Amino acid sequence: MTPPEAINLTINGEALSLPPRPGRRLSHALREDAGLRGTKVGCDAGDCGACTVLMDGDPVCACLTPLIQASNRSVTTVEGLSSETLSPLQEAFLRHGAAQCGICTPGMLMAAAALLDTVAQPSRTQVEDALGGVLCRCTGYQKIVDAVLSVGTPSEKPATPDAGRAVGARIERLDGTRKVDGSEVFGADFWPQDAWLVRAIRSPHHQATFTFGDIDTWVGTHPGVESVLTAADIPGTNRFGVIPPLADQPGLAESRVHFRGEAIAVIAGAADAVEALDLSDFPVNWSPATEVLTTEQALDAALIHPSRPGNILINGRVATGDPDTALAGSAHVVEASIETGFVEHAYIEPEAGAAWMDGDMLVIQACTQAPVMDRDDIAVMMNLDADKVRIMPAAAGGGFGSKLDLSLQPLIALVALKTGKPCRMVYSRGESMASTTKRHPGAMTARIGSDADGRITGMTFHGDFNTGPYASWGPTVATRVPVHASGPYRTPHYRATTRAIHTNGPVAGAFRGFGVPQAAILQETLYDELANAGGMDRLEFRKRNALHDGERTVCGQTLHGVGIAECLEALEPRWHAAAAEIRAFNKGSAVRKRGMGVASCWYGCGNTALPNPSTVRLGFCADGRLKLHQGATDIGQGSNTVITQICADALGLPIDAFELIGPDTALTPDCGKTSASRQTYVTGKAAERAGQALRAQILRLSNKGNDAKLRLDGHNVLVDDGQTTQSISLAALPVDEFGYALSVEETYDPPTTPLDEDGQGVPYAVYGYGAQLAEVEVDLALGTVRVVAVTAAHDLGRVINPLLAEGQIEGGIAQGLGLALMEEFIPGASENLHDYLIPTIGDMPAIRSILIEKPDPEGPMGAKGLGEHVLIPTAPAILNAIHHACGARITKVPALPHRVLAAIRQAGESA
Amino acid sequence: MGYVRPTSLTDALTCLAGNDMRVAAGCTDLFPATGHQHLAGNILDITALSALRGITNDSDHLRIGATTTWSDIVQADLPQGFHQLQQAAREVGSIQIQNAATIGGNLCNASPAADGVPPLLALDALVELSSLTGTRTLPLAQFITGPRETGLASGELLTALLIPQQSTRGRSVFLKLGARRYLVISIAMIAARLVETDGQISDAAIAVGSCSAVATRLKAVENELIGQVPSPDLVHRISDGSIRQHLAPITDTRADAPYRNIAAAELVRRALGQLLADHQQEAA
Repeated sequence: MTPPEAINLTINGEALSLPPRPGRRLSHALREDAGLRGTKVGCDAGDCGACTVLMDGDPVCACLTPLIQASNRSVTTVEGLSSETLSPLQEAFLRHGAAQCGICTPGMLMAAAALLDTVAQPSRTQVEDALGGVLCRCTGYQKIVDAVLSVGTPSEKPATPDAGRAVGARIERLDGTRKVDGSEVFGADFWPQDAWLVRAIRSPHHQATFTFGDIDTWVGTHPGVESVLTAADIPGTNRFGVIPPLADQPGLAESRVHFRGEAIAVIAGAADAVEALDLSDFPVNWSPATEVLTTEQALDAALIHPSRPGNILINGRVATGDPDTALAGSAHVVEASIETGFVEHAYIEPEAGAAWMDGDMLVIQACTQAPVMDRDDIAVMMNLDADKVRIMPAAAGGGFGSKLDLSLQPLIALVALKTGKPCRMVYSRGESMASTTKRHPGAMTARIGSDADGRITGMTFHGDFNTGPYASWGPTVATRVPVHASGPYRTPHYRATTRAIHTNGPVAGAFRGFGVPQAAILQETLYDELANAGGMDRLEFRKRNALHDGERTVCGQTLHGVGIAECLEALEPRWHAAAAEIRAFNKGSAVRKRGMGVASCWYGCGNTALPNPSTVRLGFCADGRLKLHQGATDIGQGSNTVITQICADALGLPIDAFELIGPDTALTPDCGKTSASRQTYVTGKAAERAGQALRAQILRLSNKGNDAKLRLDGHNVLVDDGQTTQSISLAALPVDEFGYALSVEETYDPPTTPLDEDGQGVPYAVYGYGAQLAEVEVDLALGTVRVVAVTAAHDLGRVINPLLAEGQIEGGIAQGLGLALMEEFIPGASENLHDYLIPTIGDMPAIRSILIEKPDPEGPMGAKGLGEHVLIPTAPAILNAIHHACGARITKVPALPHRVLAAIRQAGESA
Repeated sequence: MGYVRPTSLTDALTCLAGNDMRVAAGCTDLFPATGHQHLAGNILDITALSALRGITNDSDHLRIGATTTWSDIVQADLPQGFHQLQQAAREVGSIQIQNAATIGGNLCNASPAADGVPPLLALDALVELSSLTGTRTLPLAQFITGPRETGLASGELLTALLIPQQSTRGRSVFLKLGARRYLVISIAMIAARLVETDGQISDAAIAVGSCSAVATRLKAVENELIGQVPSPDLVHRISDGSIRQHLAPITDTRADAPYRNIAAAELVRRALGQLLADHQQEAA
C-alpha cells in the first residue's frame, strides 16, 4: 500500500510515467501533466461526456476516473485517433459538418471510435446509444450521427471549387481539421508557463451586503496564495456593460451583491496550490437581504439602481394604426398569456482564458464573441488606453450570446496587471451557470384579431422581461421584441410594449434571438387559436397573412426580398402528407396521439437602428500569400468559412488561396460582435467589397476588364482576359504599413434609421425568414412529448454554404426543442448539467431542411442572416403540435411532463 | 492515509478499521461532489480488490461483487428475473458511466433516484457487509435508511449483493421516466417481477423509485396479484390507492408530487401489462 513513485500507463500507444497523484482526475492529469489538451472538460461531473477517453478500449469520462485506476492500462485520447493523416472517422466528421464549435468533438469521436471498434456498420439506434453520453449544443446531433453511419462507406473528398464558384458550394469548414484532431485551442487550452491560477470568491446569496475580514492573515495561513484582489484594486472605472452608456456591472462587487454567483474577490497563486484551496474559510461577512426574483415583485421592491424607478431598466414600444378599434371590430379575437423561464446557454465550454503582460500591453486570450468590445471595456476598467489592451480570442466552445458579455476577462486582467504575472482561469460548470447571462424570462400577454376572411386586423402585445440586476442586453431585448412580435405577417394596427425589469435573478443577456423566440411562442400559438376560431387551415391562415415584397412592417418599413410566403409554401407537401399520416396513426393509438404544428419567424440582422459596421482587410504579401483579416469571431457557426467563400468569389480566386488572420485586436480590424445574425450579412458584405476592391486594383494594374480571370503563380498574380495574360509581380511592389504589396480595407455599415417614439423607422436593413413544421407524439397518460420530425424551410437569400446552413438549422432546432420541452434555469437549484437538461442525441427528431433563396437587395450576393432565425419557430411549432395532438394548451414553458399532463386534464375538463 | 488502493480485502478492512476513510470505486458520485481536480482526504479505493468484481452462483444465492460495474451486468448471462436489473443498468447515466460505476457504489450513495435500487428490491437483494470482525448480511430495504443514509457501520465495507436463488425466478421489467432520453435522473421508475406457478401468480415483486425518500416495494399491489390467474386484464383491477399508499413523492424541478403519484401508477400498470402480455404470448 506504499504510494507509488510514479503512475505508469500507456497513452496512445506510448508508455508514460506521470507524477504519483492517484486521486487526480485523469482528465486533469492528461491535460496538465501529459500535455494532451485535446481531451476537453465541460462539467467535471459526467454530465456532458466531453472528456470521454478510451480505457482498454472502453469509453469512460476522464473527469470521473482517478489517475491510479488508469495505471498499467491503455488510454486512448483524441490525439491517438490520427497519425500522419486523419482517421476515416475524423474525415467523416469533417465531411458531414459534424463539428461546429468543436468542444464536444473529441468526446463524440472517442465514443464513436469505441462503437466502431466493436460494430463496423452500426444502426442509427446503436449510434445514438453509444453517443448518448456526450452532449452537443451546436449541431443538433444529426450530422454527427450521419458522420458515424458513413464511416463504413468511404466517399471522395469533394474538390475545392474553382475560382468564382465558392459561394453556394457545400464545402467543409476551413477551420475543421483542428476541431477533429484535438489541436484547436479553446480558452482553457493555452497558458503561459507557470501561469498563476485565478479563482473567484462569489456570493452564495441572491442579494446581500458584505465586508471583508482579515485577508492578510488568511493569505498567511494559506500557502501558495500569492495575491488577493478586490474591487479596491481595480484601477479604472469598476463598471462594465455591452451598452456603454448603461454600463452598470462591477467586475468585482464593492460592498453589495445583487445576484447569486456575483464575484467579490479573486485569489491567485501557483496553480496546484490554488486549485486545491478550500475557499469556504475566506474572510468575508455576509448580511443577506431578501431577494426579489420575479418582475412582478420587482416593480414595488427596493431599487437595485437608484436611477431606475420601479426597477425598470427600459421600456420598448412599437405602435401603428388603432389596434383597440381594430380588435373591437374584428370577427375573431383571441387572447392569451405565456410565461417563459431563464434559459441557460449551456455551451459545453465553461468560460476560460489566460492573461499576461507583454511589455506594457495587457494581453487576454479567452473565449469571446466580441473582441473589440472586450478590449474597450477592459481598457476602461483597467485605466489603460485601448491600444494597450490586446484581445486574442481563443476558439469559443459555443457562445450563443453569452460570450458577448465579459465574464472572466476583468478578473484575469486585474491579476495580470496588478501582479505582472501571467495567469489563467477556468470556470467550473457551476460557476459558469451561476454567474453568466441567461435568456430573459418573459411574462407576455397578447390579443390578436382577424376578419371573417382570416386576415389579421390588429394586435396588442405586452411583455415584461426579467433582466436580472444589470443591464447587459436587456435594452436590446426590450427594443427587439416589439419590432418582431407581429411575426412576419401583415398587421395593420399594432401596439407592442415591453419592459426590462431588474431583479436579483441571474443577469439576463443575449441568447440567440434576443427575446424574439419568447414572443414568437405567444404570437404563433395565438395564430393557431385564431385560425381555428375562423375554421381555417393553420398553414393557409399564415400564408394568407404573410408579408410580401413592397409591404410595410409594423415599424412602417417597406420590405424587399421577403421570403416568408415561399417558406410556408415549401412546407405544404409535408403538411398535407403529415396530416394524413397523423389521422391514420391516431386511429390506431389510444394512449399515444400525434399532432403537427407550424410556426414562422422573421428576424432583423444586426443592431436595431444603430450603427453596426464591419471592416475587412485583404492583402497580398510580396511572396504571393493572400491574407484575409477575418474579424468575425467564429464560435462554431462558420464565419471563417462563409466570409472566405464570399470574399473569394468577389476577388475571383479559389478559397485555398486564402490564409485567414483571426479577430486578434492587434492584427485585424473590427468586424463587430458575433451576434444578431449579422456576420454573414454585415462582415460578408465588407468582405465582398474588399474582394471587389482588391480585384479592381489588380485589374487596374493589369489594364484588364472585369471579365478577366485571376491566377496565382508564386509571387505573381496572373490576369488573363482570354486574349493575353498579364503578370503582376508582387515582389516588385512597395510594401505598405501592414506589410502588404497590395491591400484593401473595406467597411460596411447597414443602412438603418433611428426609430421614433412609436418605433417607426428602419430598424434593420436585412431580415431573414423561415417556417417550421413540427410533428410530435404525446403520451396522454404520462404527458411526455416526443418530437418525431421537423421540416424547416428557411429563406437565406443566397445560400453561401448549404452544409453549414443545415448545421445552423439543426442546431437551432435542438435549442428550440429544449426551450419548448425541458430547459429552465432555477437560480441556486439547477447549476449543473444533470438538473438543467438540454436535449441529448436521443431527443432529436428527424430534421429536413429546405433552403429557400429569395435574394435580398442589400445582402452580399443576396444573402441574409440565419443563425438566430432557426430556433425561433421551433418552440411554438412544437406547442402547436402538442395542442393539435391532444388539445392541451401550454401556458408556461418548458412543457415538462407534469405541465403537459395537467394541461391535458384541463383540456379534458373544459371539453 | 491519503489515497490507498489495496489489493487484498484484509488490507482494505484493516485500513477501514479505525480510520476515517472514504470508500471509492467507480468515483462517478465522488468526483461530481467535489469542485476539485482530485479526491481529497483519506480515500480507500477498492477497485484493485479483484475478488469484489464479478457475478458468481452458489446453491443459495447469486452473488454480485460490490465493484461489479453496470456494464458487467449488462453483458452478463443472467436469468430472466434479472432482466429488470439489466434494463436499469443500461439507463444508468451513459455508457461512460456504466463502464465505471459500480453496483455497490449505487447502493452506498443511497440516492432516492438510484437506478439500481428498485430492481434489486424486486430481487429481494441482501447486502453483504464485511469488517475485520466478520461479515453480516442485511436485506437491502433495511440497508438504505433514508436519502443518502445507509446502515453501514463504522469499519464496514459493502462487499457483495446476494440474490436468493428463489428470487431469481420469473420474468421482469424495468421502466424509467425522465424528461429526456439519455443521461437523465428519473421522475419515477418501476421494477417488477412476476413468478407464475401452475397457472397462478405465485410471487410478485414490484418496486418504485424516485417517488419516496427511499425506493419502496408495493406490498399491497403484490398481495393483490398473488394467487391470481395471469391475464392482461389484471392491471385494471389494481387501484391507485394500493399503489399510492406506499409513495410519498416530493415536488422538485423535475416534476411535482401529484404528477409523480399519477405517473408511478401508470408505470406500474404498464410494467405489469408488459409482463402479463408477454405471459399471454408465451402461453399462445
